[in-house]
Amino acid sequence: MNILANPRKLRGFEQFVRPIKVEKVSRRSMLKALGIAGGFVLAAPVMSRPAFAAYQTGADKMPHGTVVDPRVFVAIAPDGIVTIVAHRAEMGTGVRTSLPLIVAEEMDADWSRVRVQQAHGDEVKYGNQDTDGSRSTRHYLLPMRQIGASARTMLEQAAAKRWGVPVTEVKAVNHEVLHDASGRRIGFGDLAADAGKEQVPAIDSLKLKDPKNFRYLGKGEIGIVDLHDITTGKAGYGADVRLPGMKYAVIARPPVTGGKLGSFDSADAMKVSGVEKVMEVKGWPWPSKFQPLGGVAVIARNTGAAIKGRDALKVTWDDGANGKYDSVAYRAMLEDAARKPGLVVRKEGDVDAALKSADRVIVGEYYLPHLAHVSMEPPAAVADVKGDRAEIWAPVQSPGGTREDVAKTLGIPEDNVTINMTLLGGGFGRKSKCDFALEAALLSKELNAPVKVQWTREDDVRHDFLHTVSVERIEAGLDKNGKVIAWRHRSVAPSIASTFAAGTVHQAPFELGMGLIDMPFEIANIQCENPEAAAHTRIGWFRSVSNIPRAFAVQSMVGELAHVTNRDQKEMLLELIGSPRIVDLSSVKDPWNYGEPYSSYPIDTARLRRVVELVADKGGWGRSVPKGHGLGIAVHRSFVSYIATIVEVAVDEKGKLTVPQVDTAIDCGTYVNPERIQSQIEGAAIMGLSLAKYGEITFKDGKVQQKNLDDFPLLRIDEAPLVTNVHIVPPGPDTPPSGVGEPGVPPFAPALINAIFAATGKRIRALPIGKQLET
Amino acid sequence: MIKLKINGQEHSWDGDPNLSLLWFLRDEAGLTGTKYGCGVALCGACTVIVDKEAARACITSVSDVVGREVTTIEGLHATGDHPVQKAWRQLNVPQCGFCQVGQIMQAAALLMENPKPSHDQIREAMSGNLCRCGCYQRIENAIHLASMGV
Repeated sequence: MNILANPRKLRGFEQFVRPIKVEKVSRRSMLKALGIAGGFVLAAPVMSRPAFAAYQTGADKMPHGTVVDPRVFVAIAPDGIVTIVAHRAEMGTGVRTSLPLIVAEEMDADWSRVRVQQAHGDEVKYGNQDTDGSRSTRHYLLPMRQIGASARTMLEQAAAKRWGVPVTEVKAVNHEVLHDASGRRIGFGDLAADAGKEQVPAIDSLKLKDPKNFRYLGKGEIGIVDLHDITTGKAGYGADVRLPGMKYAVIARPPVTGGKLGSFDSADAMKVSGVEKVMEVKGWPWPSKFQPLGGVAVIARNTGAAIKGRDALKVTWDDGANGKYDSVAYRAMLEDAARKPGLVVRKEGDVDAALKSADRVIVGEYYLPHLAHVSMEPPAAVADVKGDRAEIWAPVQSPGGTREDVAKTLGIPEDNVTINMTLLGGGFGRKSKCDFALEAALLSKELNAPVKVQWTREDDVRHDFLHTVSVERIEAGLDKNGKVIAWRHRSVAPSIASTFAAGTVHQAPFELGMGLIDMPFEIANIQCENPEAAAHTRIGWFRSVSNIPRAFAVQSMVGELAHVTNRDQKEMLLELIGSPRIVDLSSVKDPWNYGEPYSSYPIDTARLRRVVELVADKGGWGRSVPKGHGLGIAVHRSFVSYIATIVEVAVDEKGKLTVPQVDTAIDCGTYVNPERIQSQIEGAAIMGLSLAKYGEITFKDGKVQQKNLDDFPLLRIDEAPLVTNVHIVPPGPDTPPSGVGEPGVPPFAPALINAIFAATGKRIRALPIGKQLET
Repeated sequence: MIKLKINGQEHSWDGDPNLSLLWFLRDEAGLTGTKYGCGVALCGACTVIVDKEAARACITSVSDVVGREVTTIEGLHATGDHPVQKAWRQLNVPQCGFCQVGQIMQAAALLMENPKPSHDQIREAMSGNLCRCGCYQRIENAIHLASMGV
């Protein structure tokens, strides 16, 4: 079949077929560029200050805040090559391209003469580098523009001085500074030495480019800088680092969280060809943030031998207090807790009275199990510890935090720790936790040699920092006219905070703020509660975090309410969202709001309504579909972006589910690279479908029951939606940028579940779908 | 002593003959383009071409490929301009990129066997290659594009 013969395939295809200029970035040329004297001086004093101008962000509340200094981020070599530092972690969002692109835009640099240099983990120098929470563009669009504008101003000042003309008469255009009056021009490379001597302009004095004149931003025409290397196998991930004399290690870890090593017998392991040593690895008592679990390491000349050696180990474990963790019993306990009053975290009106007076009360109880991240690259790290110095190569989302933790773990000063950021073969929150790098550091110190620690897929599935497990229970009271007058939402789940502090039984503000207390519906009586739940394993951030169960519950309930009141899902949704307004969260003690000031990033129901209308319009809401097909819709604001999704599902007589079409509308404010937004949203549909169909980690006797991709399956290409369309809301003037990496996931599952209901009349309230549709 | 031919070059190995080709490639031969994803042929990240067929290096031992021609991503095309690689770049397929080498090798093997695969044939042939970022729509489009010789 020719692709062009199929109009369905053609959609969303034509726009990809455009020539993308691929610039190969050679590490050597970058280093050379940076090493050349006379360019910008890189060892600059740190100038940390708040981002300013049209909007405020939470960037400066992050550890180490924001650094706005062109001497830290930009180097220009005499040959004109501009090197721009990428200080955030690249895990597939394209941030390693888009942040430097912002600098290049404001400098008016020619992208083909720009090289990207990955920063080390050094937050004092670069500002916060913790790449999670869908924050990079949101926090760095303005600072990167300011850095680029500073560099441009310094180049213009240097040119003006050289020509003896007022700086107002010159301007930077495409890698040169021009003086129109005399027709003189000079390249960035020729100006580099002089520009480096110019004073860095005050931020308040900077003139930012008029967005009308943007060459790169908002266009989506620049391919990611690693594209060529990725397609040729040269891209360097954590496990690809090789050092002379390096040893290969795999570790047997306690199967129960909080368990300890009993005894081990290494005799058989040592007989395996290539195995060199078997040794104990220090573990920390649970909870201990990201510290290693401990266990027994097998050291070998290659990873294959290390794995074989580990298979031959005889180990006993003391399971400890979590040895009774059982997912079936735990679910029953969560359900029980959700049926009783809990800590009130939002209260408007009188929900008890309103439910009592309601004509009808609809109750929905929704269950979402633990999920494992399972990035395609299992955790791996290389460490080279020599005396009181450590160098680490690792795919970490938080290189600054990793540096801190390595220093603490080894008892050496942070200044003595170098964190080299490799590419991440997927992160999804797993690689926010640097336990694997700490293991490598401990082993390297003991062995006095460079060590690579490779997690096998089994290790990854069994020892993850899992997505929490939750019951969300919603009671909605309707009056005689079918209007919702009361809404009680109880959310019970072990908190991520339990990984940091023993005895945690309530969710933290950052979890409550993900779709519970920030619920945007216009209802007179609202109460949100958080009953207690204790953790029995390591809980961590998983892409979109608590928004996944919350959007699943809230948006499924909208579908249920539409059904019982005999209304169209979309109409029901818009009625609940209510009038265009800024949602008043004054009744909430800590609204969190993704760490952003509410003044810049309020919950704006006009924007929520707009994505619903846009996706309904573009996605053909209400279109007639074949028998056995159904349409479902859901909307959710997360990471301060607004996203609505329509899923068309087809369920055959046997209950086999396929997805012919997905449409998603996203309003993420001002954006940098719409092509990468599109790819993130396409991917979010796959992840959403994957977790809805299959995602489930269960425990028995304290141990994870799954081990690899056979019993924790991920969606495959033959099950992928036939077409996924992405519709991006054009930003209004000065709309602050908001998140993209995560917000695509939460609305997918409820849109799918609502579609399944439309197709089959079956309401699924527990994920994964698994065999629930089978007949 | 085992002799192997990888990307046209001779390699020798005097260790465990049952060592998987994956770890030989990555740790002994330094060819790190081939990725480890699961170790049990469930994800396709380690896909290489043995003679003219796609194979999962993780469940292939070094002794299995004696006397055969192993091609890894490093040997797919001298300048990285195999039609599949070009199509991949033209459509900006990768996100994190980790699985892409395996995807590209599988796609290259598919096109060798079937130069004009249908939608269903692509989906079937690629169903052993997982992508957690979810680049599937673009993978499929890129294979179509490569098969069209655009």
